[in-house]
Amino acid sequence: MELSGGQILIQSLKDEGVEFIFGYPGGAVLHLYDAIFQQDDVKHILVRHEQGATHAADGYARATGKPGVVLVTSGPGATNAVTGIATAYMDSIPMVIISGQVPSPVIGSDAFQEVDMVGITRPCVKHNFLVKDVTKLAETIKKAFYVATTGRPGPVVVDVPKDITDPNIKVPYKYPKKITMRSYNPSVSGHKGQIKKAVELLLSAQKPVIYSGGGVVLGEASGQLTEFTQLLGYPITNTLMGLGAYPATDKQFIGMLGMHGTYEANMAMHESDVIIAIGARFDDRVTGKLADFCPYAKIIHIDIDPASISKTVKVDIPIVGEVKAVLEHMLELIKESKAKPHKKALDAWWNQIDQWRSIKCLEYDRDSSLIKPQYVIEQLYEVTKGRAYVTSDVGQHQMWAAQYYLFDKPRHWINSGGLGTMGFGLPAAIGVKLAFPEADVACVTGEASIQMCIQELSTALQYKTPVKIINLNNRYMGMVRQWQEFTYESRYSHSYMDTIPEFVKLAEAYGHVGIRIDKPEEVRPALEQAFALKDRTVFLDIMTDRTENVYPMIEAGKGHHDMKLRVALGTPTDRELA
Amino acid sequence: MRHIISILIENESGALSRVAGLFSARGYNIESLTVAATEDPSLSRMTLVTRGNENIIEQITKQLNKLIDVVKLIDLVGSSHIERELMMLKIKTTEQTRAEIRSLVEIFRGQIIDATPTSYVIEMTGTSEKLDAFVAAANPDSIIEVVRSGATGISRGETGLHL
Repeated sequence: MELSGGQILIQSLKDEGVEFIFGYPGGAVLHLYDAIFQQDDVKHILVRHEQGATHAADGYARATGKPGVVLVTSGPGATNAVTGIATAYMDSIPMVIISGQVPSPVIGSDAFQEVDMVGITRPCVKHNFLVKDVTKLAETIKKAFYVATTGRPGPVVVDVPKDITDPNIKVPYKYPKKITMRSYNPSVSGHKGQIKKAVELLLSAQKPVIYSGGGVVLGEASGQLTEFTQLLGYPITNTLMGLGAYPATDKQFIGMLGMHGTYEANMAMHESDVIIAIGARFDDRVTGKLADFCPYAKIIHIDIDPASISKTVKVDIPIVGEVKAVLEHMLELIKESKAKPHKKALDAWWNQIDQWRSIKCLEYDRDSSLIKPQYVIEQLYEVTKGRAYVTSDVGQHQMWAAQYYLFDKPRHWINSGGLGTMGFGLPAAIGVKLAFPEADVACVTGEASIQMCIQELSTALQYKTPVKIINLNNRYMGMVRQWQEFTYESRYSHSYMDTIPEFVKLAEAYGHVGIRIDKPEEVRPALEQAFALKDRTVFLDIMTDRTENVYPMIEAGKGHHDMKLRVALGTPTDRELA
Repeated sequence: MRHIISILIENESGALSRVAGLFSARGYNIESLTVAATEDPSLSRMTLVTRGNENIIEQITKQLNKLIDVVKLIDLVGSSHIERELMMLKIKTTEQTRAEIRSLVEIFRGQIIDATPTSYVIEMTGTSEKLDAFVAAANPDSIIEVVRSGATGISRGETGLHL
């Protein structure tokens, strides 16, 4: 079969099983768009800004586990995609980004809409390619998907000069079924001796904690993690990226850990004698002050990426391997082992944990006449019966969603944890809804974040992706304001916008339903109404308490045992903000 | 501590910038970097000299290994190895200094590969330390320019860095 480069690219995506391309056309990709026009198998989703394309593909990838695919033009199309590529990179999300490039003969001449995409994206991709020969195009696409989806996943950019897709140059096409690369062998099963040592240490623990992260979600090891945790009877905490990998409603779950983690999770980490980190990378938002991190614990670390091991925290038993395979091996050894978890020590440990739990660190003022953001999330949880896919932007609302929506399943909590990208939530929700049209999809956001990619409301209408936008509108960049309150003596430098649009009208202008909510008693009915409108995108503009802060909090430079708690401060609802 | 990391990398355009970019992005320092194709033209061999404590060197080797184009690498320091660097040094000469310079070159087993009435070009290979010693021994006022290749290295014995 002889095809042009443009046809080869689209046919390769088809052969790779790609369902959707998220993209935006432009000069350098016109041949490609012509090839898209002449087929119906791969659906193209036209976004309104290339950043939206990357986040939508990212949301799709996080919810399905399949790689997201993006198509952008050269120059500004490519640079607009960079934020979304970096977002995916920081959270290890499999994505393939095809960027147009000026024709090969003019590369390097500062041609119209030319930018060195391979150079610009090098630090924020797993790998990138510049295609120089149309006969290598199909193989390059195959390599891109292979690299993006195996090992520690990540985004891969394929930069395609316009002449490579020339419709007049046809070459034989064959999509490789398998590919091997001598420089890349991602699959590792974990060192048997290390696994054995780890199991022995685990079974000798008196105050163990299981600390699991996004790697368990990415590695489809939620089932193994759950069995492992319940077999041992140990407490488990999840990172922000790992929420849902273990059911949050289970009694062994002690909440999220880290900067805005629960008191019980952080205290348990601090006091523990053995920690097993599973698919987690000891991020600074998790560890707090490194010198004070888990001072009494021996640490086991399972990670697919050797570079994650002992990067910030020195570990005692490193295991490089896929979490799923390693956990399965550990489960076998635990079941065979004569040693069993220390029943008595464990009972005492759980008693201690229950004491920490009893301070109810997530409690808030439920009698307030103002709408508490935490209340909104709790109601969202109830109305959706805990089964919704929840995307978020970045800031206070993100932390509240993480704290108060109890995720029982992996891939349902979708947020930008590593890069912390405002503007992520709405396009990501669109990507999720395309993947699961029947599921409830909520985007929890704030009035600052939502404005960073609000143009995608137009995409939501075009492709009939009825997501529900839960806008926690406190008229502040809440997290910035919170830090300014705590560490800058309430000097609220530019954390407020003098003008905020009327979101109801804005939603209506985009062809959606907008509802404004001012009173606590209106929250529940509005949520019910929104989710009952199955085929409409609904924007709930919820006027929340402006002064609310996220608690508990480990402030910068402090350790797990040094948390700022709401109980110690009273409920500061009446505080006047300067 | 000084480490010499030897890298076998796919001979693709941009491979060098991936390595150099990694070092600047993660704040590691590069003392020298040499690269050329090997007997297999699809592979390049890179020798990188860097400094850092054990943790940093461990991270450097892990991060380098993570680059998709990197096929293999070893840290030569820590096992028996041979290190060589090439230097060319141009030095001002006079009637009075020529003999002294020639004897210094001889002591260091270098060669004079170009001479004019007022200058010599001296070629010298050896460990970076030896070249440093020669530069220190030469009269700094008479040195016109110094060109150094950066260190390259190879392990002793039968084993080697290959596919």
